[in-house]
Amino acid sequence: MTNGWVDIKNTDVILAMGGNPAENHPVGFKWFMEAKKTRGAKLVAVDPRFTRTAATADLYAPIRAGSDIAFLLGIIRYAIENKRYHEDYVKVHTNGPYVVSEKFEFNDGLFSGFDAGKTEYDKTAWAYEPDPKTKAYGVDPTLQNPRSVFQLLKKHVERYTPEMVERICGTPKDTYLKVCQIVTSTGVPEKAGTITYALGWTQHSTAVQMIRAAAMLQLLLGNVGRPGGGVNAFRGHSNIQGATDIAGTFDILPGYLKTPPGSSQTLKDYLEAATPTTLNKEAWASMNYWQNYPKFMVSLLKATYGKAATKENDFGYAWLPKVDGNYSWMYICDDMYRGNSTRVGGKEPGPEGFISFGMNPVGLGPNSKKWVAALAKLKWLVVAENVETETPIFWKSPKQYDPPEASKIQTEVFLLPAADFAEKDGTFTNSARWMQWKWKAVDPPGQAKSDQEILARIFLAVRDLYKKEGGPLPEALANLSWSYTNPVEPDLGEVLKEINGKALSDIPDPADKTKTLKTAGQQVDGFGQLQDDGSTMCGNWLHSGVFTEAGNNAQRRSTADPTGLGMYHNWAFSWPANRRIMYNRASADAEGKPWDPKRPGIVWNGEKWVGDVPDMKPDAPPGTFGAFIMLPEGVGRLYASGMNDGPFPEHYEAVEAPIDNPLHPKVTSNPVSKKFSSDKDIYGKKEDFPIVCTTYRLTEHFHYWTQHQHDGVLNELQPGFFVEIPEGLAQQKGIANGSQVKVTSARGSIQGVAMVTKRLRPMKIDGKEMWQVGFPIHWGYAGDPNHTGPLANTLTPSAMDPNTWTPEFKAFLVRIEKA
Amino acid sequence: MSVQQNLEIRRSSASVWGSQSGMRSVPTVSKYIDTTTCIGCKACEAACIEWNDLRHIATEQTGTYQTLPTLHAEYWNLIRFNERDFDGGLVWLMRKDQCMHCEEPGCLAACPAPGAIVQYANGIVDVNPDQCIGCKYCETGCPFDVPRFHQTTGKMAKCTLCVDRVSVGLEPACIKACPTGCLQFGTKDDMVALGARRVEQLKSNGFTNALLYNPEGVHGTGVVTVLAHGDHPEWYQLPRDPHVPILVRFWKSFLRPLGAIAIFGAVIGALTHYTKFGPKEVRGVDAPDRNLPDA
Amino acid sequence: MELTRRGFLKATAVGSTIALGFDVARAKAEMREFKISRTTETRSVCPYCAVGCGVIIHTLGDKSKNAKASVVHVEGDPDQPVSRGTLCPKGITLKDDITHKNRLTKPKVRRPGSDHWEDISWDDAIAKIARHVKDTRDKCFVAKNAKGEVVNRNPGIAMIGGCTDTNEFNYLQWKVITALGVPYRDTQARV
Repeated sequence: MTNGWVDIKNTDVILAMGGNPAENHPVGFKWFMEAKKTRGAKLVAVDPRFTRTAATADLYAPIRAGSDIAFLLGIIRYAIENKRYHEDYVKVHTNGPYVVSEKFEFNDGLFSGFDAGKTEYDKTAWAYEPDPKTKAYGVDPTLQNPRSVFQLLKKHVERYTPEMVERICGTPKDTYLKVCQIVTSTGVPEKAGTITYALGWTQHSTAVQMIRAAAMLQLLLGNVGRPGGGVNAFRGHSNIQGATDIAGTFDILPGYLKTPPGSSQTLKDYLEAATPTTLNKEAWASMNYWQNYPKFMVSLLKATYGKAATKENDFGYAWLPKVDGNYSWMYICDDMYRGNSTRVGGKEPGPEGFISFGMNPVGLGPNSKKWVAALAKLKWLVVAENVETETPIFWKSPKQYDPPEASKIQTEVFLLPAADFAEKDGTFTNSARWMQWKWKAVDPPGQAKSDQEILARIFLAVRDLYKKEGGPLPEALANLSWSYTNPVEPDLGEVLKEINGKALSDIPDPADKTKTLKTAGQQVDGFGQLQDDGSTMCGNWLHSGVFTEAGNNAQRRSTADPTGLGMYHNWAFSWPANRRIMYNRASADAEGKPWDPKRPGIVWNGEKWVGDVPDMKPDAPPGTFGAFIMLPEGVGRLYASGMNDGPFPEHYEAVEAPIDNPLHPKVTSNPVSKKFSSDKDIYGKKEDFPIVCTTYRLTEHFHYWTQHQHDGVLNELQPGFFVEIPEGLAQQKGIANGSQVKVTSARGSIQGVAMVTKRLRPMKIDGKEMWQVGFPIHWGYAGDPNHTGPLANTLTPSAMDPNTWTPEFKAFLVRIEKA
Repeated sequence: MSVQQNLEIRRSSASVWGSQSGMRSVPTVSKYIDTTTCIGCKACEAACIEWNDLRHIATEQTGTYQTLPTLHAEYWNLIRFNERDFDGGLVWLMRKDQCMHCEEPGCLAACPAPGAIVQYANGIVDVNPDQCIGCKYCETGCPFDVPRFHQTTGKMAKCTLCVDRVSVGLEPACIKACPTGCLQFGTKDDMVALGARRVEQLKSNGFTNALLYNPEGVHGTGVVTVLAHGDHPEWYQLPRDPHVPILVRFWKSFLRPLGAIAIFGAVIGALTHYTKFGPKEVRGVDAPDRNLPDA
Repeated sequence: MELTRRGFLKATAVGSTIALGFDVARAKAEMREFKISRTTETRSVCPYCAVGCGVIIHTLGDKSKNAKASVVHVEGDPDQPVSRGTLCPKGITLKDDITHKNRLTKPKVRRPGSDHWEDISWDDAIAKIARHVKDTRDKCFVAKNAKGEVVNRNPGIAMIGGCTDTNEFNYLQWKVITALGVPYRDTQARV
């Protein structure tokens, strides 16, 4: 989230799309209702189903799953055509005025730079046109230059008329125009609107561009950075925000630093490639905060390798593993299943061992059968868990998952009992970036142990083996800093201190060299004090400030809210720098006056910025730097040349779609989305599977856990799997409410209770009658025996977004029949 | 375990004279339900079960989001889900169903066991299991089809408005849990005022038939409910004009004072029981029959 | 139930309960005791979605040496600014999540080719896992890629981490992953 949960109460219009917040984030949803009740805010719900969110909405618009980009670009078109955008904001805070090089083109569904062989784009074709004199980005403040981003955008969205949106999305034109009218009503300074989304956007083969389209709309309407505004992703788990912040994924190190590639052989090479330079050095230039990259990286290496990291040895950079290509979720599965992979021209082994702390890939999918088959090829598997999920018992999965016979599966599986959340302390980071400490309440049951103890014991045992026996690169283990008071079960407060970072030697004050900013051994106050010479260490620069000399700020519990805007600066710690609204400089105009004085984010008082923690150099007068300090342009991007699938979003059909793309039938789905080619990766055709299907969660269950609760209340509230089917389709197929129904995709079939409902409607897509069905994910063959069910992801395809490699769970094709 | 409580009692079943000492002035409390901001998340259902340590019953997915067809002796709080075509579109209505804590409680009026059903001075209507004889007459007296017979204990069971929490100054468990704030708790005056404001807001948003459901037939309820479609209470499975069945009123106001002659109790009991099989005055509105076994 | 009601009718018929039908004493209410009046309260954060609701975990006993704490109730923390004491049905039933009997309580191993679990001690499990990790790393380690660049990675192991691991655990896990050279890593955030 750019903003916070409570901040939603400050909004005038909420577009809830690509998510069902009432269902999945009910407690956060209270602030939607608060805005409705106290401000008369309007809630617009756009969803394939009439959801729990829609039940409280002022306006519900049905949409075909997977067609959201067309819907959003149509709103952008409406805003531009009807001059319902915030022009001053666009001029000051976006790259709308920037001039794009002549190399950029868009024809018949393809952007310039497409390499059909690699199915990739050469993104240099999308660069800005540098100003010949200054070499900085060329800018036309009037927005009239036909090569300006604004004019190119206007041209790009011209095709998305309400008629075209209706044809693609199935949203009736009159309903759609009402949506456009309400959403664009915030394109004025005195109004603010928010867009909220979740996995209904992130899990598509066009996911990132859906979110970009929303962000662009918010920039046009002048809603980013403002109280009551923003682009707000509602994350689905208690700490996946934290998991991403702290390097859960292959491509990043803690704090979104880049995992070094094979091509960066030295720290110098790496830092040069990773640290961006500012091209715009004129007024409104960027602070380009990433210029501090070397400070963050060197401090991380010092935290990782301790005293072994020296300037002479590149701070241990050589010991870091380097990556070539993609090692994400679906590649893990595919490479495991194949047993090897091809990287920069050479064959390398695939995983033969697999360690999972609290994840359940068989349930998570996509394509559960492929996961079962892949796990069966492993030599060993370690799962640390609260309960016996599908993954550790893949070797006894039911027949419909096509497992090899148990006697032929040579995988040694260890299932380790782990502590629950209540049985250990530590911090979770919520969707609003609040790092909140939780205290341990009880001991784990039986012999169960905390995850940190399980992990530490494995690490220490492996390190001992290397000490005794040697092996490849033993320094990587021997030099890893593990100097916790209790190395077997590190105290999490101590670990949080390491994440925050500290001075290793005295740090002189840059303003007055006779003074020291921090003396050796002191915790740093924030990432602004980190150094690139090895004199500081910091496990994650983004979290710096969480555990200072003042103590553990994640434990703060003040309920004071002096602004009245729901910022709560002394409750816990919000990264970065305890800032509650990201990009808050954009809440004020060119002079630093708030767009809406009733809802100021930050305000220039003549000497400094006051209000929220400024997303800006605190004493830099208006006009010095642009509002988007992390971007080299310094302004928000209506045009983003860093995306893998185009600088503008474009409507592409899902990998499995019921129609050819009406805009460009020859380039129907995302041209750079990758497919897999194993015998398990089967993709369905619309002729065989005519019905659009989507998957989701229920408020009464959580993922694949809560159905394990023996005699649990949640199993009472939602006892089992069901399939939601529109009344008309049920009539056609002779399916009665409550009867058994079978749903089949190209990957397999599942069966369950039919829930025949008015909440899914018949749709007219591209002139044809079409149906959508959906089902929740929560059940599987593991869990409480009275509450098992089919795995939803038996049906989902191995398709994914080309930027995040997140699977396309939300739109695929099925057929349906009476069971 | 039950404890003697010194909450003032306004009324007690089968009592000839009032029991209120009148020494303390206690405001009437009320729950507030705004169906227009309810998302049917069932936090209230879960909170009720958890707080009251109700036993878990086996449920079945039969093609609805609703947990059970109707209330149950181990399930005192149920969200009722209804899909309705409206104005060319659809409304998906969710309403929290539970004891309405009537100002004029039909259950209490019908109850022949002294002290088995009490109405505290703050308006909460409660069943005292120690005194309940399980005769089920309260079922007959209730215009909202709330009290349920508990097979194991042989007693009647229903929402207590968390009197154990309210008596120590806390809000009921369901109210505290409610994530959207569609449930509120406070004095009846405050809740009625809140409801009036919300109804005005809904009317100005085009719901011209919005109303605060607080039916006169039972002299108002300790649970007031905001309905956007106030002209259609049956869409929410609420009776349009609930009141205490005539025979129950007859028994209470006229015959019971004569009940010193015990045999009358039996006669009237039988008469009242008869009403269960007579024409239902209020129960019938869209209420599906219970098709689950009692606990 | 029939018996009870018949019993009542019978009793009234013979007039054995002379006071039936009216009560001569001032009524006293009987009700459940407030069940969490002396439990120990621990502040925590709900482990489900990312709203990050504050929860108060009520445990049996006062943390004195001779009392074994167990969870008796979970309720919302009214101070937490987002949740303000409210919870969804999942949060309200966290007691079930902590205490239910399907929780794993001892390490288990499934041997190659076997169709059942066997119990294993922690020490044996850790020793065997460490052996596997070392053997795989030794066997699969790629010091240089096909271009001859030093890459020091160990594609023989994949490591994934869940959504309810703390930041501190995630950080420790990243360090271990780095030491082992594991390139195949992912998290719940992806899916």
